[in-house]
Amino acid sequence: MSLTFLLLAVALLCALSFVFGRQRAIALSGGRFSNLHSLPIHYGTYTALWCGLPALALLIVWYALQGPVTEALIINDLPVEITSDTGKLSLALNAISLIAADNGQHLNVAPEVVEAGNRLALLHTISNTALIVVLLCVALVGLGLSYRRIVADMRARNNVERIVRYLMIGCSAIAILSTVGIVFSLMFEALHFFSKVNPLEFLFGLEWSPQTAIRADQVASDGSFGMIPLFAGTLLITFIAMLVAVPVGLFSAIYMGEYASPTFRAWAKPALEILAGVPTVVYGFFAALTVAPFLRDTGSVLGLSVSSESALAAGLVMGVMIIPFVSSLSDDVMSQVPQSLRDGSYGLGATKSETIRHVIFPAALPGIVGAILLAVSRAIGETMIVVMAAGLAANLTANPLQAVTTVTVQIVTLLVGDQEFDSAKTLSAFALGLVLFLVTLGLNVFALKVVQKYREKYD
Amino acid sequence: MAVVTTDAMTNAPQTRGNSKMAARDLNLFYGDAQALYNVDLDVVEREVTALIGPSGCGKSTFLRCLNRMNDTIDGVSINGKVTLDDRDIYDKVIDVVQLRARIGMVFQKPNPFPKSIFDNVAYGPRIHGLVNSRDELDEIVMTSLEKAGLLKEVKDRLASPATGLSGGQQQRLCIARAVAVSPEVILMDEPCSALDPIATAKVEELIDELRSNYTIVIVTHSMQQAARVSQRTAFFHLGKLVEVGETDQIFTNPRDERTKGYITGRFG
Repeated sequence: MSLTFLLLAVALLCALSFVFGRQRAIALSGGRFSNLHSLPIHYGTYTALWCGLPALALLIVWYALQGPVTEALIINDLPVEITSDTGKLSLALNAISLIAADNGQHLNVAPEVVEAGNRLALLHTISNTALIVVLLCVALVGLGLSYRRIVADMRARNNVERIVRYLMIGCSAIAILSTVGIVFSLMFEALHFFSKVNPLEFLFGLEWSPQTAIRADQVASDGSFGMIPLFAGTLLITFIAMLVAVPVGLFSAIYMGEYASPTFRAWAKPALEILAGVPTVVYGFFAALTVAPFLRDTGSVLGLSVSSESALAAGLVMGVMIIPFVSSLSDDVMSQVPQSLRDGSYGLGATKSETIRHVIFPAALPGIVGAILLAVSRAIGETMIVVMAAGLAANLTANPLQAVTTVTVQIVTLLVGDQEFDSAKTLSAFALGLVLFLVTLGLNVFALKVVQKYREKYD
Repeated sequence: MAVVTTDAMTNAPQTRGNSKMAARDLNLFYGDAQALYNVDLDVVEREVTALIGPSGCGKSTFLRCLNRMNDTIDGVSINGKVTLDDRDIYDKVIDVVQLRARIGMVFQKPNPFPKSIFDNVAYGPRIHGLVNSRDELDEIVMTSLEKAGLLKEVKDRLASPATGLSGGQQQRLCIARAVAVSPEVILMDEPCSALDPIATAKVEELIDELRSNYTIVIVTHSMQQAARVSQRTAFFHLGKLVEVGETDQIFTNPRDERTKGYITGRFG
């Protein structure tokens, strides 16, 4: 409530300072805007930014520091017998914050703790009131200072653009830093895992059965964490998917790009791209409920034993899902092949298909390879279809009619459900995630390199 | 494509040698916009015919009618008649693939395929099945490169990519590529416009040598080039063929005021 009020107040002040700044600039200009260095709107924006940004920065810092500072103050006043024991301390702190939030009536705790809780509530009230006062002061000071700095030849436009540039740098920093943060958290958890399980066993082990004892007194196997069956399953399904997606995607790209009439292309291409917009979970139940039973029944007619959760079903459906990636990316690279090359080939009496086979396709090949690699990395990381259709049995097999499991499926099953957070079983998900990330990252970097190399050739 | 025969045959300009190709009453439309108006032109065997005129006058469009390259552009319609050895090339029984094997083309910008030098020249013979053995193919590639005056420069690197050649070499490679199919006519669409003066001189020299074996039609923006390489010159203006005649006559004694204005640099 108080936060909403504060933000609204700051926004209102910003709006006011925009109007004031603009008015002052107009007054200074004496009716002719060309007397000013910048347009009145820039002066307005300048004052508004100086009013709002320092206040917002203060707000963020205040909220970041409020918790630790009040906690330190409270701990300082607690008796030594509580603070010396970390377990007792964290219990007491929980109770204190409950009491401070007025939820602690039922608690049976020491009077010091109750008193500390009441003091925490008081501290919070003081802090919030102080925040309101300080924040509004900062906003008003920002407004006043920037307002007074407005003179006719102040470079308001340049200043505003500089501030906007810093804002944009900040936004891209958030995007990049969060990626880095994710990678680091993966890495630390994975290292934690490798302190429990030998990395060599993880990387090259042929058996995956992550069942470990949840409690110390339970009787269970030690678990084996060999990731080879998972990667073999992932690669098998990816391979089947590419067997579907590459030919179908390529041929449809060639048809769309080279043969189709503009009217047909105008509606067929978006229609194909709709495939990319179908949620993967929909593909998932399509695979599990339609394709897999169909394959099993067909198999039994032919005398083959097809598992009801076969790699084939998951791979086929995943292939269909990837068709639009392959087709629209390869369509793009093929349409970038210059018309002059087509003319050269037609001018020598080549037919359309000869031109495509001997000139366009080879010229576009690096780009097409890039497109396929991007599709492969997409297939490797795909989760939902395989969770629903591929099964959980970590079989090390090359037979597409059997059930296999993939890296992504195992990560899902490891982290769904109740688990002790520092057991090898749970931590192995991070190690799998890290390896998966490295594989797809490598593929993407390689694919982008290939595509870029191709781009340089004609631009 | 409606092909209309008119009595324009009788209006054909008189020519000296044998007419290899002829256009009669040729009209061409891009959608609704007409780009060529009633063009009558004869291309004489084993001569170089230059097509000149200001930008957008239809000379390249006309050139592309001669091997039906305009077929590859959507919305183009043509009426009138274009003949090769007195056969109408827009006749339904004519296979455009075979036609283009008889009428080669060299483009404004050198457009070697992103393949090796050898494969570029071998492209035509391979797709048309002109050879039965590797030796024959080698033979054709070598003679074509020789005819295009490129053999000396590239014989040690036939397997390296054609895109690594200089612009002038690339254009001569494109000529070799066209020659390798043994065409009867070679169409050139401003073949020197992307080349420097030295490369241009080489290509012009080459055109002059090729004249003894091939009939050549060249579109050019340079009147000096037309004067240097051609025996006959046709002047196009606003989609119409204004004047055609011996190159000497066109440049020294043009009959039409517009031709005179163009070659003396008063417009265009």
